Amino acid sequence: MQHEVTERSGAFVVALHGDVDLDTSPSARKILLECVGKRRPVLADLSGVTYIDSSGVASLVESLQSARKGGSTFALAAVSEAAMRVLQLARLDKVFTIYGSVDDGLARDG
Amino acid sequence: MSNAAFPAVAIAAPPPRVVIEVRDLVTHYGPREILHGISMDVLQGEIMVIMGGSGSGKSTLLRHLMALERQTSGTMRILGEDIDDLSLIEMTNLRRKLGVAFQGGALFSSMTVGENIMLPLMEHTDLDRQTMEIMARMKLEVVNLSGFENLMPSELSGGMIKRAAMARAIVTDPRILFCDEPSAGLDPVVASSLDDLILLMRDAMRMTVVVVTHELESVFKIADRVTVLDKGNILFIGTVAELRAHPSERIQNLLHRRPEDDTIDPDEYLRRLTGEDSLESTRP
Repeated sequence: MQHEVTERSGAFVVALHGDVDLDTSPSARKILLECVGKRRPVLADLSGVTYIDSSGVASLVESLQSARKGGSTFALAAVSEAAMRVLQLARLDKVFTIYGSVDDGLARDG
Repeated sequence: MSNAAFPAVAIAAPPPRVVIEVRDLVTHYGPREILHGISMDVLQGEIMVIMGGSGSGKSTLLRHLMALERQTSGTMRILGEDIDDLSLIEMTNLRRKLGVAFQGGALFSSMTVGENIMLPLMEHTDLDRQTMEIMARMKLEVVNLSGFENLMPSELSGGMIKRAAMARAIVTDPRILFCDEPSAGLDPVVASSLDDLILLMRDAMRMTVVVVTHELESVFKIADRVTVLDKGNILFIGTVAELRAHPSERIQNLLHRRPEDDTIDPDEYLRRLTGEDSLESTRP
């Protein structure tokens, strides 16, 4: 898995690429929580995620919880079909704010 | 559409990927040969049901498919790995991709439901505790036991224990899920809900599922293919429709719950009664 962090419109966009699984989710969690800790809106761009397992989704949940505690926002953008399936199974598609694209997310959330 | 420049070409679908390949598997317990040269494939994304009468070898075969037993001869490949060639670390990595829901649940009575579900994560990963707890709660949500993580197993009904066992089996998002008699001892409504859960694992989580059961209702509801074992041999492998239409009297007896002809080999029976088999196994 690779990640890329950019600052756009006052928000952090964290783009994840590749498989987010038991081996790679700890590094995804670390970077997401670091960005959330800076108390600015964070948008996780999942368009490049080829696979995400429960540990990856759990990292997204932790980031959302941390953002809410810090008074900031955390949202998802461009969620792939595979990732959406995992979110839906745990009924998390109702918990996260999910945008169709990063631009859409920045326009409304950034 | 076709024309002279672009003739129609039939494109064959790619063959289904084999996730478990068993060839000529022979296994013994002491001097007794339990499986007599089993060959079978389990295909990616299917629900393969293994059925057979008591003593047919189905539980032994399941333990081989889960890489918990070593065979006397023959080969076993799981997710492309020949298990005889694997180091201890490679075997541990392989086992992380396999989930097992044991008959009876096999939950640890001294631990909460949530701690039981986190066990495979604690055993196989270095994830943060908070991540593990969220994963366990997500799986409890999937099996409709949300909010039960702080209860002890003794506080759950039989059906709930099976569901908790299923949550533990899938907590690592395994590629292959094994279920040993998932609906045994449950009332029909609860048993049916367990079947629905197995279908969900295949359809929503894209898992390959191997189920051992003797519950015919379950077989007809969930199986993509069925393997029927009889006295350590494969009697049948095929779809449910092929199973129903099979002309073999033994298979029809199994499907209609008719008892088998109760003939015995008197010499073998005498050896079993007198313990001669086990004595032979301990002789130098």
